[in-house]
Amino acid sequence: MFENLSHLSLQQYWWLIDSLLGALLVFLLFVQGGQTLIYTLGKTNGERDIVVNSLGRKWEFTFTTLVTFGGALFASFPLFYSTSFGGAYWVWMAILFAFIIQAVSYEYRKKESNFLGKKTYEFFLFINGLLGTILLGTAVSTFFTGSMFSVNKLNLLNLSSDRMPVISSWETPFHGLEAVWTVDNLAFLQNLALGLAVFFLARTLALLYFQNNIDNEEINARTKKCLKINSVLFLMFFLFWLIRLMFIEGFAVNPETKEIFMEPYKYFNNLIEMPIVLIIMLIGVVLVLLGLFMSIFKGKDNGIWFTGPGTVLTVFALFLIAGYNNTSFYPSTFDLQSSLTIENSSSSHFTLTAMSYVSLIVPFVLAYIWFAWRAMDKKKITLEEIESESHSY
Amino acid sequence: MENIDWGLVDWSRAQFALTAMYHWIFVPLTLGLSFIIAMMETIYVKTGNLEWKKVTKFWMTIFGINFAIGVATGIILEFEFGTNWSNYSWFVGDIFGAPLAIEGIMAFFMESTFIAIMFFGWNKVSKNIHLLSTWLVAIGSNLSALWILVANGWMQNPSGMTFNPETVRNEMNNFWDVLFNPAAINKFIHTISSAYVLASIFVIGVSAWYILKNRELFLAKRSIILASVFGFFAIIFTIGTGDGSAKVIARYQPMKLAAMEGLYEGQTNAPLVAFGFFGSKDENQPNMEKFAFSVKIPSALSFLAFFNSDAFVPGIKDLVHGNKEQNILSYEERIEKGKIAIDALLAYKNAKKTNEIELAESSLKLFNDNFEHFGYGYYFGKDPHLLVPNVKISFYSFHIMVILGVFFLLLFILTFYFGFKNKLENKKWLLWLSLWTIPLAYIASEAGWVVAEVGRQPWVIQDLMPNIAAVSQLDQSSVQITFFLFLAIFTALLIAEIKILLTQIRKGSHNEEIVESINEGGNK
Ligand code: HDD
Ligand code: HEM
Ligand code: HEM
Repeated sequence: MFENLSHLSLQQYWWLIDSLLGALLVFLLFVQGGQTLIYTLGKTNGERDIVVNSLGRKWEFTFTTLVTFGGALFASFPLFYSTSFGGAYWVWMAILFAFIIQAVSYEYRKKESNFLGKKTYEFFLFINGLLGTILLGTAVSTFFTGSMFSVNKLNLLNLSSDRMPVISSWETPFHGLEAVWTVDNLAFLQNLALGLAVFFLARTLALLYFQNNIDNEEINARTKKCLKINSVLFLMFFLFWLIRLMFIEGFAVNPETKEIFMEPYKYFNNLIEMPIVLIIMLIGVVLVLLGLFMSIFKGKDNGIWFTGPGTVLTVFALFLIAGYNNTSFYPSTFDLQSSLTIENSSSSHFTLTAMSYVSLIVPFVLAYIWFAWRAMDKKKITLEEIESESHSY
Repeated sequence: MENIDWGLVDWSRAQFALTAMYHWIFVPLTLGLSFIIAMMETIYVKTGNLEWKKVTKFWMTIFGINFAIGVATGIILEFEFGTNWSNYSWFVGDIFGAPLAIEGIMAFFMESTFIAIMFFGWNKVSKNIHLLSTWLVAIGSNLSALWILVANGWMQNPSGMTFNPETVRNEMNNFWDVLFNPAAINKFIHTISSAYVLASIFVIGVSAWYILKNRELFLAKRSIILASVFGFFAIIFTIGTGDGSAKVIARYQPMKLAAMEGLYEGQTNAPLVAFGFFGSKDENQPNMEKFAFSVKIPSALSFLAFFNSDAFVPGIKDLVHGNKEQNILSYEERIEKGKIAIDALLAYKNAKKTNEIELAESSLKLFNDNFEHFGYGYYFGKDPHLLVPNVKISFYSFHIMVILGVFFLLLFILTFYFGFKNKLENKKWLLWLSLWTIPLAYIASEAGWVVAEVGRQPWVIQDLMPNIAAVSQLDQSSVQITFFLFLAIFTALLIAEIKILLTQIRKGSHNEEIVESINEGGNK
């Protein structure tokens, strides 16, 4: 089946899968958002326990999605993996540290003699929520604004050069951190805006999730209040980012010569030239707004079922316009021709084919996740429910 | 290439070793304990005996504490391939990334989904669904071991791929060859069975402590019997596949075998060093470690490696300097040929660019003829002894592992025998021995990886890519900073884990949380 597809189709298929994983990841960052709200929503120990346990039963999914997103990018676009991770070293390391400290915090927070103390683990959760979201958002924004790297595959073969035989080099000493102060084309504004948008989005999603998952009057009342502020901030940063994106020059690829060049209104054009993506994005945005509207103005507790899928669709569409329609998804502002496209950074035809077969089990995976969540979320979380379980966070 | 940043390479290696070894502290207990718990819960479901439910829940608590930190240390490893071994990631991403991605899709999701039911679903799903979830956690965690070990097996013995001169990288051409690579199969079975051994020893040791304290006798005695049986079968497999691994090494990584055995002069009827100690170096032979004392079993190495006591086992000197009689190319020659391969490929690429078809063809042929030595070319102009791994570390870690393996076999027999006869209480020495074997299990397990990974130095991918061509272009100081950050954070987390673990063990299975949850009725 897959072996008959052209290399380009397989590359597009894998960009689609990676985009979907990335979109799911952004949605699942609600766990991170929630972690920054533990003290805002929980004024007593009991209330905080409810919030932590409500998130604690979901954190593994976000984590695993991040891991799988990384693995899928590694396998499908290895040149991206090596260029971005090896280059923007400090950004990725900071993200990783933020996730290391998260992984133990739920389990260890309330355990006796946990060495660092409950407050430290709660602080870890907070840091993870703050840095994890902002940095991931900023890193994704560089897909549209570019980074300072160069790629030369022949370095591997040039034994007489005076450099190490490394093919991708980052050309600033800050290894990625410069994304937040690069003034060319106001890139720093764009990058930071997306970072903050993701942060407030994660908090907004968390609040919607709590409304749906927690049965506690005090918490629910505070959730309502918080939701307004966070959704307004999210919309502000996101719309700023999105509208600006429609107007900036984009990194286009000449389909014949494979040369990279700057095209005005590239991302806007991509939406117009790929109407399906435009429709996906519009549906996404409408759903996001609908969920917020229902929660804030109609007092409903199921907003997450609209805003969540809406987030997935919107982010999915954004990844698609970064990679499809002859666009460079990881552009280099240092050397335009080093920019990565889905064609020049992908795995071989064989590997993509083999992996495509593996991707067929994804629906099955989604099905059992769905089953498990249903079983676990049948009843809303209360303090009594937490206490009746032998395992709690 | 004139300026190899050796500091960068060494710090990157140190960082990878540090994080991998931390990961490996937690993973084997996860792999083994998940099955032990699943067996315990099966007994509970079959008998309906609430005492068994308590036993299950107790070990599950221990599992959860250990699991969390295993996850924390794992994520870093995956991304380190990109952050610190970026050339490597690109060069072999096709073959290596695939198992990693499959691992995420197949194994990690299974583990993390059903772990939620395992921990929080007692009152939410039926008994049988809960039991199924516990088994799926065990299967999921063992599947995660499968894929990563396939990837590692491939690095030790690359197969199922061709080099594509157009893209200058290795590309997979046969998925099944990658999966069923003999190095990978042995590695997988050896590693997971060794993890079961470790988990069994852990369970036996903790239970022995309870018996010494005259507490938790139901839990302790049942756990010991179950773990002894499980551990016994596991160690049989461990020893069998350990021997299998050594045979694979003899065939594909002769230098690693020579280092593991401290064998410098190759010979027929090569003896096996049962144990030995290295003395100080001979000044005239700076490239050689010498035994101060050793116990040798005649011809055993030849037999174990090749099923033939007359077989020739090459030593380090034969490999470095060559051996005409045995048809072994010297490293000097391989370096020459590797250089030819690399230069020919460069000439080919340049000729293609300028459209010189004849030159391109002849260069390509030259390249293909010398491709098997490709990775050696990076050592052009350097001392070939740089291609010899650390002999002392390889030798000691290998022998510690093997000796401990035989000891564990005996221990399982003893604990099973006395546990079955219900005579453990008055065998104080055995109980103490069991308790003190816990750290030994960890030592054996880490030692195994040291053999595997130090022994293959400097190859990241055997014969194809040495570590100097695999690293990312970073400042040494950046890697130093992250190394110490990892060291600090992982050490802090390890201390936390151990303290929590000890407290939970001290509390035992009669603590309120477990007892109350069981009295509440649990699943119907
Ligand atoms: C409890 C742990 C344990 C025990 C008792 C043993 N092993 Fe082991 N061994 C491992 C745990 C381990 C491991 C951690 O799982 C390794 C690391 C890499 C691998 O494949 O498995 C390993 C590697 C490893 C290797 C290197 C594989 C490679 O380089 O790819 C060899 C040759 C052996 N073992 C041989 C043995 C033999 C002959 C044993 C006989 C008693 C033995 N091991 C007991
Ligand atoms: C979890 C168990 C493992 C442990 C304890 C372990 C241990 C080590 C050690 C001690 C080193 C340093 C060797 C040296 O530089 O002298 C190392 C290097 C390395 N290992 Fe492992 N290893 C493990 C699993 C793996 C696996 C499964 C893979 C790949 C799939 C892998 C890939 C590497 C790489 C890429 C390096 C660095 C490059 C090099 O120095 O050659 N390791 N590991
Ligand atoms: C260098 C190679 C390795 C990498 C890149 C790696 C990667 C990872 C990652 C990313 C996780 C977290 C998964 C999650 O989100 O739940 C993890 C956990 C795990 N890994 Fe590794 N791993 C390596 C070596 C190994 C080895 C050698 C084994 C077993 C033989 C193993 C077995 C496991 C298991 C069972 C878990 C579950 C968590 C736990 O054990 O506590 N890993 N690993």
